[in-house]
Amino acid sequence: MSKQSWGLFPHTTSEVITYNWLPKSLPKNNPILPYGLGRSYGDSCLNDQGTLLVTDRLNRYISFDPLTGILEAECGTSLEQILLDFVPRGWFLPVTPGTKFVTLGGAIANDVHGKNHHAVGNFGHHVLSLRLLRSDQQVYHCHHQENADLFFATIGGLGLTGLILTAKIQLTPIQSSYIHQDIIAFDNVDDFYELSKSSMNQYKYNVAWIDCFSNSNKQNRGLFYRGNFSTDGRLDTHQAKSLLQVPIYFPNQALNSFTIKGFNELYYQVNRLKKSNLAHYNPFFYPLDAIHHWNRIYGRQGFYQYQCVIPWQNKQAIHSLLKEITQAQMGSFLAVLKVFGEKKSLGMMSFPEPGITLALDFPVNQESTKLLEKLDLITIEAQGKVYIAKDARMSKNSFHHFYPRFNEFQKMMDPQFSSSFIRRVT
Amino acid sequence: MKKIIVIGATSAIAQAFCKETLKNNHHHFFLVGRDESKLKAIAQDLQVRGAKSVETHVQDLNELSSHADIINLAAAKMLGIDWALIAHGILGEQKTAEVNFTESLEIIQSNYLSQVSLLHHLANYMEKHKNGVIGVLSSVAGDRGRRSNYIYGSAKAGITAYLSGLRVRLNQVNVQVITVKMGFVDSPMTQNFKKGPLWAKPEQIAEKLVPLYQQQISREVYLPKFWFFVMTIIKFIPTKIFLKLKNL
Repeated sequence: MSKQSWGLFPHTTSEVITYNWLPKSLPKNNPILPYGLGRSYGDSCLNDQGTLLVTDRLNRYISFDPLTGILEAECGTSLEQILLDFVPRGWFLPVTPGTKFVTLGGAIANDVHGKNHHAVGNFGHHVLSLRLLRSDQQVYHCHHQENADLFFATIGGLGLTGLILTAKIQLTPIQSSYIHQDIIAFDNVDDFYELSKSSMNQYKYNVAWIDCFSNSNKQNRGLFYRGNFSTDGRLDTHQAKSLLQVPIYFPNQALNSFTIKGFNELYYQVNRLKKSNLAHYNPFFYPLDAIHHWNRIYGRQGFYQYQCVIPWQNKQAIHSLLKEITQAQMGSFLAVLKVFGEKKSLGMMSFPEPGITLALDFPVNQESTKLLEKLDLITIEAQGKVYIAKDARMSKNSFHHFYPRFNEFQKMMDPQFSSSFIRRVT
Repeated sequence: MKKIIVIGATSAIAQAFCKETLKNNHHHFFLVGRDESKLKAIAQDLQVRGAKSVETHVQDLNELSSHADIINLAAAKMLGIDWALIAHGILGEQKTAEVNFTESLEIIQSNYLSQVSLLHHLANYMEKHKNGVIGVLSSVAGDRGRRSNYIYGSAKAGITAYLSGLRVRLNQVNVQVITVKMGFVDSPMTQNFKKGPLWAKPEQIAEKLVPLYQQQISREVYLPKFWFFVMTIIKFIPTKIFLKLKNL
């Protein structure tokens, strides 16, 4: 059986155990790894030659307090399901990544972040507690006051500390499912920093799209998106069925510098005209979810996603990174830039640090592999790190630079759990 | 707001059905199944989703003598019964059943006999109250017995025929009977099967089934719809040719 990750690379084979009910004990298989909806890009959700514990049918709610917005649910509950069920009641996810097709367990295991990081931090900051099943067949109730070290290891812990059974999270109250959005064009990264700084306090949701292909005067243009929830009282959800699907794998060469340049030009020109408007949460937070299986556009070869964070004091590294990428003419049309806030991540292996994060895709081939090694070196030198949830190729050396708390984390890992990622980097 | 009894409540389709009914509505539920902790998990979920009340009842449905009590208890707890869904059953193993009659008996008991027994009491109750909708999960396997699963198929054929007549009887008192004929459904019952494009998800079934209750439809329905065309063809294959379909 083969489950895949979102980047469709690497190819792995594993035994699969699908749970329909919360298990009372773990199977004897070794090694095992929980698998939600497989939206991690690389091999952190894969377990080649091992067993995957598939959790997406563990999607029952356990309790909800309509006064506080505290929700307890099984680990396989998708963020999408939570939106469908709670937006009409006036509640939104406290933090959401760029896709709603991730499970609660996955959101915790990767300590995901979103456009509001500068305001509220990571997903883990909104987890009140979780229950973890480990290979000693014990269920551990973990929160800030109980099994705290296990709690902080499990947040961002990539499923390696045990199987999260259930979690309690704090939802955010909303009065509308629409966002007042501003779109501001900028010509270079320094302008982006200015925009981020000036938008930080007033706007809860900020992110920028940057063009890695156009580079007139050695500058990268882009579009800055900033927004706040409206209060207009409309609480309609998204349509659960998508009309757009990519039914087949595109040929490997479909996305090349020519097509991407063309797309970028179109995207830039169309969106810079929009300026201010009211957007439903679905296109605002999840533009790509509209196209099911968009990852197939990269072809069967699959693609790498590279996301790094550069601390403020070394922000010139962003320029170096963009220079390398633009020179290589290999980037994707999905390049994202965002400023992270000061809130310290909770997890030992969490990704966000105060600074600037850059994310983009590359087709899997020799040149991109070499380019990403170069980018790693720049990131290491800048004392930054690369996001594990997106990684399929970082070296052991890079990993140890990026995640110095690994030794601490290793003590909390469950001996029966392992992943293709962790075996690759250790 | 309806009073709904769900028999075989831990079935994937039954769970999806209950969740679907709660979209834009609040209902009372009486859930029957064998496993207490599973029923509890479902009850909690439905409560969060807005159920007015959820009662659970642990019972092995093969104990036919318990069926009168199940119906009476449901009616007592919910102060009536509006909708009923009979969703329990087993797939069984055809090959085992061919050599071991115990397996055949289990298939027939779980898929036909226990349904008839429950319907006996349910039908009498609803007839008396002149109100209700009964839905039973059947299968396209009952349309024509096939080599690969005719024992299961025969039980489904049996229940489909029973419901056909019951439908006419209960129509006299404004009670509807829905026979849900499904094809391949991706659920725990079929977890060992390789899935393909013909496979439906329990949620897809539930999405189409709940409106049938709301509209008080009283007939056999193929879910998804395309099975009507498939089975029409299968039913018309002449025996001479059907004999050659050893792998069907």
